[in-house]
Amino acid sequence: MIQAIAFYLFAAIVIVSAALTITSRNPVHAVLWLILAFFNAAGLMVLVGAEFIAMLLVIVYVGAVAVLFLFVVMMLNVDFAELRAGFVRYAAIGLAFAVALVSEAVMALWGYSAGAIELARRTAPTPDKVPNIQAIGDLLYTRYLFVFEAAGLVLLVAMIGAIVLTHRERGGTRPQNIARQIARRPQDATRNTQPVVGGGIEL
Amino acid sequence: MNHASLMMVLPEEILTIGAIVLMLVAAWGGQGATKMISWVAVAVLLGAGIALAGPASSGGAAFDGMIRADAFGAFAKVLIYAATAIAILMAPRFFRQTTGDDLRPEYPVLLLLSACGMGMMVSAGDLLVLYVGLELQSLAAYVLASFMRRDARSAEAGLKYFVLGALASGILLYGISLVYGFSGTTLFSSIATAYAGPHSLGLTFGLVFVFAGLAFKISAVPFHMWTPDVYEGAPTPVTAFFASAPKVAAMGMAVRVAVEAMGPATDQWRQIVIFASLASIIFGAVAAIGQSNIKRLLAYSSINNVGFVLVGLAAGTQAGIAAVLFYLTVYVVMTLGSFLVVLQMRGEDGQPVETIASLSGMSRTRPGLALALAIFMFSLAGIPPLLGFNAKLAVFDAAVKAGLYPLAVAGFVASVIGAYYYLRVIKVMYFDEPVGEGFPKSGDVVEGGLIAAAAVFVSPVGWVLLAPLGIATMAAAKALF
Repeated sequence: MIQAIAFYLFAAIVIVSAALTITSRNPVHAVLWLILAFFNAAGLMVLVGAEFIAMLLVIVYVGAVAVLFLFVVMMLNVDFAELRAGFVRYAAIGLAFAVALVSEAVMALWGYSAGAIELARRTAPTPDKVPNIQAIGDLLYTRYLFVFEAAGLVLLVAMIGAIVLTHRERGGTRPQNIARQIARRPQDATRNTQPVVGGGIEL
Repeated sequence: MNHASLMMVLPEEILTIGAIVLMLVAAWGGQGATKMISWVAVAVLLGAGIALAGPASSGGAAFDGMIRADAFGAFAKVLIYAATAIAILMAPRFFRQTTGDDLRPEYPVLLLLSACGMGMMVSAGDLLVLYVGLELQSLAAYVLASFMRRDARSAEAGLKYFVLGALASGILLYGISLVYGFSGTTLFSSIATAYAGPHSLGLTFGLVFVFAGLAFKISAVPFHMWTPDVYEGAPTPVTAFFASAPKVAAMGMAVRVAVEAMGPATDQWRQIVIFASLASIIFGAVAAIGQSNIKRLLAYSSINNVGFVLVGLAAGTQAGIAAVLFYLTVYVVMTLGSFLVVLQMRGEDGQPVETIASLSGMSRTRPGLALALAIFMFSLAGIPPLLGFNAKLAVFDAAVKAGLYPLAVAGFVASVIGAYYYLRVIKVMYFDEPVGEGFPKSGDVVEGGLIAAAAVFVSPVGWVLLAPLGIATMAAAKALF
């Protein structure tokens, strides 16, 4: 009973917030609605027992992708009215994509009772009675350890590459030198003077 | 997971740790430390090469078969590490003279990480390892191609390489996902079982896409379009690197996938390999004729040579794979030698000169350099008694023994077309009147020594190496069967 209530709650909020994502006029609001949709989709994943995907949704999509969207929307100042101006021009292509998507959805509904796909020789059969985070962790840090570490190296190369290609030393900047600031003594920086009345001060 | 597995990937571990430590040194040392970092990077590569003598070349399967530590991988890695070391050594002088600024220390670090990725490619026993290794190598290569970011051509080369490389990775991944979907595994040994039994059309589709992706990475026709532009635009030491180490890695990867994973489907992939081979030999030769830039010419030469290597793969036998490895060894030496000579081509202002016309009369202004380039060109053309001839002989011999007579005859005839443009370079050097003073002497002992060593290797003196190389390539090829 409680599952049914939770399911309808999550599902209803996902649909409503998804609809608001594409209809809201303010792009920042749209991204915020999208984040709400992600959170509720994660709730749905928890309900079907896929807690790993639920966490991925929250960490990757909400934590990284949606925040990136927000940054882009705020910093690039996209003019949505201008984007919508090409609607008629690209309507045909958009329609083709829509038809493809709808037919995929129809086929998926068609095959939903056809049963699971039989994979002949699974490298790692899905274990019963083990939470899927534990099952993934067991494999990720033993059998797939090497690939996992290598994937980290790929990210390292991407970071080095981004810095090599874009970083440059700017001349004429005045960066903070903390060591010099700390080493500065009062007697070097201040001076006691006894100015005469009305005589002003010589700097 | 146990210690034995970790010992079998010791070369990769040495390269990774070396690269990370050197990056920290680079962060504090800055551009002044580049020379020291380059030499340490070469030492790291040497250390990784020495580590190959241990379980890394004889251990068998590591990480439940995801890594194959065998003689084939070890042989390819020796070639890869050596070519990477030379690409590191030839860079500092080129960048200082061309940009007027010291080379940035990230260059040797990226090459080390790329070498690590290439090592994964040639010793992969699983499609996952293969793909991650390939991406590690490619990602570093994209950055290296546009390393001279102020130079418009270098930036263009990087962008082109990135976009087309990503497309190739997409094609390869699509093939991998089809193979995984229809066989239920990414392990090479289990995929071979799936191909051996009665299998659906989906597996065949997967095979076609995987081979298309591989052909892209080895720049075989019809997936070669990126090669001339990238080779021309990238800085010359980087081009030399692209033409040597990643070629060996991609070829080794293709051989391993073809034999270990898709061996039972040899009849299916042989058609693809034969087409790519002949198309590469003929197109590489014909398109090179009109080139006036020496780097573009060498790019078409590399396409042409990949065609010959594929002849050995098409044979699909142990002798064929041994011939592939032998050809790659000779090819790497010839190509690196040629690019080292191209590095010496500089005008009075110290800027690089890349036209073939500027070579005219080099036999009188720089006789030693001209002789070395002549040896490399004769060898690339496959003229006896140079080693390039033995390499071509080995692959055609393997093809004939496997019964592929039409391929051997067609390849042989097409190699005559290729000889034309190699000989044209020699004609320009020896029979044309010199223009100007000729290239100024660099006086760099390391580069001069490397050119001399490469020239001696492909010259008839190299025949003494035929027997040990033959034994090593046969032992390496045996590991796959």
